[in-house]
Formats: sequence, structure tokens, C-alpha cells
Amino acid sequence: MLQPNTCEGKLIVVEGIDGSGKSTQINLLYEWLRAQGKSVYFSEWNSSGLVRSTTRLGKKKHILTPTTFSLIHATDFADRWENYITPLLKAGVIVLADRYAFTAFARDVARGVDRQWVRNLYSFAIQPDIVFYFRVPLDEAVNRIMSSRVKIKYYEAGRDLGLSDDRVISFRLFQKRISEEYESMIEEFGFTVIDSTLPLRVKQQQMRQITEETLKGWQGLPVPSIEKGDTA
Amino acid sequence: MKEVVFYGAGYPYEAINDIPGKLIVLEGTDCAGRSTQVQLLKQWLEGEGFGVSNTGLARSPLTQPGLDQAKAGHTLSRITMSLFYATDFADRLENQIIPALKAGFYVLSDRYFYSIIARDVVRGSAPQWARKIYGFALKPDIVFYLKVDVPNLVVRAIHGRGFNYWESGMDIRCADNLYDSFCIYQSRLIELYDEMAEEFGFITIDANRSAQEVFEDLQERIRPLLDETQ
Repeated sequence: MLQPNTCEGKLIVVEGIDGSGKSTQINLLYEWLRAQGKSVYFSEWNSSGLVRSTTRLGKKKHILTPTTFSLIHATDFADRWENYITPLLKAGVIVLADRYAFTAFARDVARGVDRQWVRNLYSFAIQPDIVFYFRVPLDEAVNRIMSSRVKIKYYEAGRDLGLSDDRVISFRLFQKRISEEYESMIEEFGFTVIDSTLPLRVKQQQMRQITEETLKGWQGLPVPSIEKGDTA
Repeated sequence: MKEVVFYGAGYPYEAINDIPGKLIVLEGTDCAGRSTQVQLLKQWLEGEGFGVSNTGLARSPLTQPGLDQAKAGHTLSRITMSLFYATDFADRLENQIIPALKAGFYVLSDRYFYSIIARDVVRGSAPQWARKIYGFALKPDIVFYLKVDVPNLVVRAIHGRGFNYWESGMDIRCADNLYDSFCIYQSRLIELYDEMAEEFGFITIDANRSAQEVFEDLQERIRPLLDETQ
């Protein structure tokens, strides 16, 4: 369903439910790649400036349906895709994405949209070189979120689905559905499964090793060199 | 009760099976006289005692502010524009059109998703990708395609709002000036509408004629629907 990567650059993404620890890991990977002198760009889910005010309006007023929720996030992705990710991949940059199309495939289907419909929306995007999928026991993820945040937002908890009047129960049920969708995509999209219960450093070592293999013999876009004495 | 038909999967999360209203769509290029006809039809149908609701492209309260802002800048790219318009359409369909149809209204839609597809494809989108986005769209009761030749469109544009950047396809620069770009862009759209007329079963209306003549033509074709409703 996704396009092959014909660009010079490399695309590496992390996926998993809320509280699976993926953001911490991609940030560490980012720092490591930069320290190695690679050109790296980081793109976060739901971060397009062009679409932000619309998403915010919809979420604030609770007027998003599963269909418009899906479409507005696809619009956000498309803007980042056309204006940042694609040009940088073409130039030979390593693009790291905290969540990618698979988040939509998991979350929007958990909300009730048609599987093939949402896959078509994102069919212009490429299959990443690596997809790190963080598998976490549901209770652990829920506990992490509950202890770290004051309040789970309406759509994060899947409250729009009317699963339960209780915010925590709703969140848990919704995350369970999302988790099931992720599990069913492991083979479909060739996810590399990372066990979230392992120690932080062990997970990072696994990711670095796999990334190293993928980048073996590859140069990419150079970083401008700073001549000695320039900073004096 | 008539059957509710969608172009694809519809809304798997919500069963929609009873919509006594009628959905009438007016399609066609810019300056084809659609909004004039919507006004005339609305007055007429209300005079006949029907509830009428009207809607048009890019008018959803969810996306209108953001879309206007995006169009004022220069970074709105093809796929993003396509999906932004799809969001607008989906919002109006679920929050305005379907509720009105459920309540038994006549809904007059100034354009439907066909126009969005035409604009996408002119800009280089894959035709099948663009179509599949609208698997949630309801099949209208009637789609009228108001067809106007390019020379007449030019007359109406100049004596109307003037040449507009987007209506002239200047974002893809069909030519280095608004006039030539408008003519090339609108001709391409007309070719696509002609193809879609067959594919989606539009009723093609010669809209080079006066507004009154077009209106009478539309009335005649809508009357059989009124009999069904009564």
C-alpha cells in the first residue's frame, strides 16, 4: 500500500500506543545520529503549523467525527510530507518520525473507520526503512500515562466513542483496540518489534544496532564542516 | 423507503438508513452560475412548502478559518489542499447534509466532492486515490452539471469578481498571466467534468443560456422528485 523509498535519504519511524516509551527512544536515536555527523531531521505527529488551528478548533469543540478526525490528521501529515519530509529525503537526510501513517491506521480504525479507506488516504507516503514498534503490556502503558499526566484529553481517551463514562476505563478500552490494530500490522508493514519492558539502555542499544546495519555503506547528505579557528 | 447508497464504505461506525430528504447537487466550473441557481431553486422549493437547506464547498465551520488562512499563504501543496478540502466536505456531510436529509429537507449542495476530485487531478493527483477518499460520500438523488464554454466563463469572470488566483490555476501556473492561465485551467476542468458526467451519471445542463432558462430546465427535471416526496 505504501510506496517504495526511492529517495537518497532514510526514513526511520517509531510507533506504539501512548505510554510505550517511544518518544524517549527516538530522541536518543536523534542525538546519537547527530553526534555521528549525520544530517538528521525530526518530525512529530500532528505538528503542521498550517493545520494546527483547525485541529485545535475541532478538538476543543468536540465536533470531530471519526471521519473528520482521520482526515484532519491526514491533512497535517500531508503538509509535513510535502513541505519537509519529502524534500529532505530527496536531499539525502535521515528523517526520524515520532509516529507515522501507522498511527492513523491503528487509531482511526479503532475509532471505526474502514481499514482500506484510511490506508488509501496515506498511500502517497513511502514505506520507512525501519519501523520500530514498541510493544507494551496494556496495564503498564495505562499506568505510565495515569501517573505522568493530570488529565487525559477527550479524544486521547476515545471519549467520542462512548465506550465508558469513566475516563480511565474509556482510555484503557480505546488503547486496547489500538494495540490490537498495531499487532495486526507487524507483518503487513514489516515492523521491528521492541519490547518496551526492557531497560531503557537495552532498547536504545537494539535500535542503534539495527540502524547501523541499515546505514552500512551509506553516506547521505554531509553536514557543513566548521573550520578550526572560525569560532575564535 | 429508498436505499441509502455510499460511494464506498460509508460510515462503519454509524448506521444511516433512513433519510427521507432529497440531495440535489449543482456541479460545474467556477462562474457557471451555480450559486444563482441555488438561490432560485431554494425560493421555488420553499414556495412549494418544502424545507430547504443549502451548503457549499469550503463553508464548514470546522475548516473554513484554517483553509482561508492556508490559501492566503504560499505553502499549501497539492495533497494537503486535497485532504483539507476533503475534511471540509466530510464535516459538512456528517454535520449538516445528513442531519438535514434525516429531517426530510431538500438539500441543495453548491458542488459536491466531484469538484474537489477535478481540482486534485488537474494538479496531478492519482484519479483513483482522489476518488477513494470519498468512500464516505452519500450518492445524491440528482447531480446537475452546469456546463459553460470557456469564452462565456471569461465574460462572467470579468464582469463578476474578476480573475481569481486559484480559479485561474495560478498555483500550478498554467501560463504566465491570469487570463491565459484561467482559460487553460478551466478547459482542463471542463474535460474532467465531461468524463465524470458519464462516470457518475450527471445530468448535463447547457448553462450558456440565461439564468431564467437554466432555472426552468432545472425545475422541469426536479419536479418528478417532488411527486415522490408528496
